Amino acid sequence: MIYFILICILFLLMIGASVYAIIQKDLLYAVMATGIISLILSILYYLLQAPDVALTEAAIGVALTTIIFVITIRNTVRMEDESDKKEKFKSAVK
Amino acid sequence: MKKVLVILLLAVLGYYTAATFFDIGFGQPHFIKGLEPVKDIYLAQTVKTLKVSNAVTSIVVNFRGFDTLGEVTVLFLAVTVLGSVLYKKRHEVGERSVLFSASSIVTSGSKLLFPAIILLGAYVFIHGHLSPGGGFQGGVIIATGFLLMLLSYENYSVSHTALSVVESLAGITFAGVGLLGFLHGGTFLQNFLPTGVLNNLFSGGIIPIIYIAVGFKVGAELTGVIYTVLHEKGQSNG
Repeated sequence: MIYFILICILFLLMIGASVYAIIQKDLLYAVMATGIISLILSILYYLLQAPDVALTEAAIGVALTTIIFVITIRNTVRMEDESDKKEKFKSAVK
Repeated sequence: MKKVLVILLLAVLGYYTAATFFDIGFGQPHFIKGLEPVKDIYLAQTVKTLKVSNAVTSIVVNFRGFDTLGEVTVLFLAVTVLGSVLYKKRHEVGERSVLFSASSIVTSGSKLLFPAIILLGAYVFIHGHLSPGGGFQGGVIIATGFLLMLLSYENYSVSHTALSVVESLAGITFAGVGLLGFLHGGTFLQNFLPTGVLNNLFSGGIIPIIYIAVGFKVGAELTGVIYTVLHEKGQSNG
């Protein structure tokens, strides 16, 4: 029973973090939210008795993917800006 | 004419996909009709013949070893493509384009943590056949250690030739051990070493060797990815 409640709470946290990642305009915060999703997912894998997958998810999802996104944001723009998306795309293509 | 051909091709594809799906016995103990349930064979062989205590490892490296080789190849291809896309720009610049300012606490702390992270990664892939974890996980942990050093030290550099040598040697080891199974009179990646005693470090035949090779390979590849991405010259305005 206690495991069921814990899993439900973790699922709700995951859904909350994903919604936050979608609506957030600051991309750095959105990337951190996706990292939190991966962290909760790895805890869930561990609770569901898949420690191998949990280890993979923790190492790749939390550490590597997040940091590669952070480096990409560092190289591009941080704030999501929808007003001049087309202009930026044109200048990026050139 | 063209449309008829396309429809014909789609019909053939659809027929064979559907036929495959109808052969799968969903909800049955036998996954494919007429064959023995494969999970029982795998679980019995894992303990009896291979003497491996982690069933996931025995399936990933032994029964499905060819798939693992394919996965490693896919990762290698992805890293190669990333390197070839970003190579020209890196060649022009020659220096780090992404810098994170780190305080002295971060730099000295990461210097302390780095050997521990490498040790943990090595432990995870050496004990892949005994405990949860394996080559991929250990390799990623090692890459994370290098990532920490690259983030905290601005002039920390990893030799690209060393990375590629380690990567190639590990790949050759994997394929070579697989081919030795052929020479021993069996199939690709067949076990030819003594399996030892269950739960010992030296057990499981070729599984630890392959997992150590995969660990080195994945660690070198992912370190290369991070190094390449950090040296990509972009318009830094964020």
